[in-house]
Amino acid sequence: MTYTFNETQMAELNRLVARYPEGKQKSALLPALHLAQDSFDGWLPTELMDYIASLLKIEPIEVYEVASFYSMFNLKPVGKFIFEVCQTGPCMISGSDDIIAYIQEKLSIKPGETTKDGVFTLKLVECLGACGYAPMMQVGKIFREHLTKEKVDSIIAEYRATVTN
Amino acid sequence: MSEQNLFKVTIDNISIEVPAGTTVLQAARLIGGQVAPPAMCFYSKLEGSGGKCRTCLVEVSKGSEKDPRPMPKLVASCRTTVMDGMEVKNITSEKVLDARAGVVEFLLLNHPLDCPICDQAGECHLQDLSFEHGKADTRYEFQRRTFKKHDLGKNIQLHMTRCILCYRCVFTADQLTNKRVHGILDRGDHAEIATHIEKSLDNEFIGNVIDVCPVGALTDKTFRFKNRVWFLKPMDAHRDCPTCSGRVTLWNRGDEVYRVTARKDQWGEIEDTPDGKPGWICNTCRFDKKETSDWTIEGPREISRQSVIAQGHYAGNIGTTKPNETFKAVNDGRAPHLLMDIHDESEVNQPNIHLGKIQGPSHGDTFNTNNTHKA
Amino acid sequence: MGVKLLLDKANVPGIRTYEVYRREGGYRSVEKALKEMNPESIVEEVKKSGLRGRGGAGFPTGMKWSFIAKPEGVPRHLVCNADESEPGTFKDRYLMEFIPHLLLEGLIVSSFALGSHDTYIYIRGEYAWITDILEEAINEAKANGWLGKNILRTGFECNIHVQRGAGAYICGEETALIESLEGKRGNPRIKPPFPAIQGLWQRPTVVNNVETLAAIVPIINIGGEEYAKIGVGRSTGTKLISACGNINKPGVYEIDMTISVEEFIYSDEYCGGIKGGKQLKACIPGGSSVPILPANLLLKTATGETRYMNYESLSDGGFATGSMLGSGGFIVLDEDQCIVKNTLTLARFYRHESCGQCSPCREGTGWMEKILHKIEHGHGTIADIDLLWDIQRKIEGNTICPLGDAAAWPVAAAIRHFRDEFEWHINNPVLSQTSNFGLQHYADPIHVPA
Repeated sequence: MTYTFNETQMAELNRLVARYPEGKQKSALLPALHLAQDSFDGWLPTELMDYIASLLKIEPIEVYEVASFYSMFNLKPVGKFIFEVCQTGPCMISGSDDIIAYIQEKLSIKPGETTKDGVFTLKLVECLGACGYAPMMQVGKIFREHLTKEKVDSIIAEYRATVTN
Repeated sequence: MSEQNLFKVTIDNISIEVPAGTTVLQAARLIGGQVAPPAMCFYSKLEGSGGKCRTCLVEVSKGSEKDPRPMPKLVASCRTTVMDGMEVKNITSEKVLDARAGVVEFLLLNHPLDCPICDQAGECHLQDLSFEHGKADTRYEFQRRTFKKHDLGKNIQLHMTRCILCYRCVFTADQLTNKRVHGILDRGDHAEIATHIEKSLDNEFIGNVIDVCPVGALTDKTFRFKNRVWFLKPMDAHRDCPTCSGRVTLWNRGDEVYRVTARKDQWGEIEDTPDGKPGWICNTCRFDKKETSDWTIEGPREISRQSVIAQGHYAGNIGTTKPNETFKAVNDGRAPHLLMDIHDESEVNQPNIHLGKIQGPSHGDTFNTNNTHKA
Repeated sequence: MGVKLLLDKANVPGIRTYEVYRREGGYRSVEKALKEMNPESIVEEVKKSGLRGRGGAGFPTGMKWSFIAKPEGVPRHLVCNADESEPGTFKDRYLMEFIPHLLLEGLIVSSFALGSHDTYIYIRGEYAWITDILEEAINEAKANGWLGKNILRTGFECNIHVQRGAGAYICGEETALIESLEGKRGNPRIKPPFPAIQGLWQRPTVVNNVETLAAIVPIINIGGEEYAKIGVGRSTGTKLISACGNINKPGVYEIDMTISVEEFIYSDEYCGGIKGGKQLKACIPGGSSVPILPANLLLKTATGETRYMNYESLSDGGFATGSMLGSGGFIVLDEDQCIVKNTLTLARFYRHESCGQCSPCREGTGWMEKILHKIEHGHGTIADIDLLWDIQRKIEGNTICPLGDAAAWPVAAAIRHFRDEFEWHINNPVLSQTSNFGLQHYADPIHVPA
């Protein structure tokens, strides 16, 4: 599979690259990978990383090294919505264990897995900087905070609705 | 170098003057012996290397003549430049020895210790390091981290499980080749050297990653399982090579060339060629020229007596002579000590007398319990 | 009610927008700095203020600024560290989310002082929506002439760019942040050279925390001397504290560093006491990496003095009986919390976030997590506690960057103050799976020898 940015995406990439001095276009790598991941299937297949390497005029290995370092880049296929539930200290003492167990039960998946219909992926993550609003999880661009079982129910229903409709 | 640019540095109470910009490690190597801290990741021929393994940590007990304050933490000697009047403690610092023992333990934590089947055994820096600074036991009781083996092309094998992530091979690819295809993937304790997708390393100089690898993570497939390095006779040789200097060490058994490596100095680094450039060798010399007729033999390669490889240097072998130095001479002037402490074994030896410290021949009086002559 | 310098306008409706922010007196410091002051006098003012870096280390900001090299013809850069990732810390997020223009205002003044024409905000990747808020604020500021070329017709040019990280705690370390900003793995650099000499693209660079840069605004507005009058001793000005854990009112509070820890926890103005009327067991007062303290050592120092919410008082007693103000991430644990489990989650965090570059941290963090996991699940031995102690001791101070220390300290402090709870876990492998060691003596009054 080959990947190509459309005009809007290409314009965004050019805007990102323009923020750095000439010859330092590699600096745009992290934002470019975010753009690539968001523009296609939510993860970074090798071909997509190679494409980014060619756009930024760097070696593919430089992209692999970076993509595999940062936890937000997915190197394997993921569901449409990723529940990234925080499990670090402050969330743990506020009851994140129960929330994680409840989500596992509701979706019948273990951490790291994706539901059979490909809608949800459950990921356990480390501190996301929302300790005062614990327990919490990130879904896409936003944080869902002060989680309770009821809240988890409604969040799941909310995302499922966007798929079925 | 003018006079002003010489800095005086004292390491383990031995002073030396070195040009400004010299690192503590390089200064210590100039003094030599045990004063030189071990280095697993630093490689003087590779720009940017060092600082990662933490085996070369030293204590700076005096910053400089101008600012005599000691440095608050141990520093990596490979990346710390000397200041005039600096005082450094390496083996004279308890703190350093303690930290170093810790680092050795960390490096061995996930190391497979498969030396009996590892081609690097006998010339492995981690083996030397653990022999000198390590403990016989491990306190680690969990499953060790393992990785699958990878072929990096037809000549190089990557055995990631043995890797200590020194980054030397990455610097080598960056600095010797125009296109790096391997690198560090992932992070933390699951970081690995990899190509991400199956790719071979085929740059003409990439074979040098084998020589810079301090452990058996990158090995020469043309030599794999062929022989133990200590059974081979290293011979310096050269050929007229259009790509590299052609100055190599051949590792022979009888007339057969088992492997070809670059020439290495006492620190295990590639030696410079006579014109002052690092003597990296090309893949053709390394992997393809395995006939004695390909080479002009210069003579036997000097190998440090501390190395297990040196045991192959027995008399009667081509070009080598039986050593005529005394044990004292090769052991930095120290006379042999008893290898076993018999205090716990024998009632005779009372009170506790260190037999190695008795001056001259000993006799009954030496062991007389009333004797105040305590060593 | 203490002085508020940063969040005083936080509750004004619409303060996120340029219009309201400006109407409420925003951007005055830029006018003052660019028209009435010069870079040197701004640095002087910051030095006078006694402002200390709000990211965690507490290094004097004015001094840090004065270190920046100024070689001829080489551009310099100011980088804002918005990679807030220390567990327990969410103050920068609050500031950027609700008063983004305050940060921009501080950034413009600081860029002027440091001579940075291209200034970067490196924000943690997970704060995606805040990135949008900042971009929006930058556009507003630019449209109103506060950014771009010839600001206020002074000839000063400044552009601010926001770059998102992508999930790596280590990028909060300034040289790792710079590497990441250059599009590389977040491996901290080996220092020296320091960023002030060779930073971003080998150019002289200053990296400052969000809150530090926001604090430049009141310093310019009221003057460094006035700013230094707030607070106590070397803890000048105000500090944002993000309080979380088992308290009634988690949130971000601006304090003037003269209030006591007890007041901060129990006053309704701040944390509002322990949730559910339970008892205080322990607290990590400055972000997860600083030493945890049992209730008795938290409220009073070992010598029986009242402990205050400032740099000096929180570190009174050193690591033996004190802790640190750190980043201001205040994590409160009630009587039902298990110290072993809490320490395990922190050890897991640091193992997960280790970059893997240097051996003590790469190998040691994972080892500590495994041992803690073993103890937590009832398979530990007493020797494991001593082993943990020895491992953390061999990591601390021996790594390239402070992550090694950050991983070692929580383990060390947990063992130092709660060793009996570890032992109880080990001696009661079955019971510890279902019940808790509880409060025990951790809230007992400190016995002060006469």
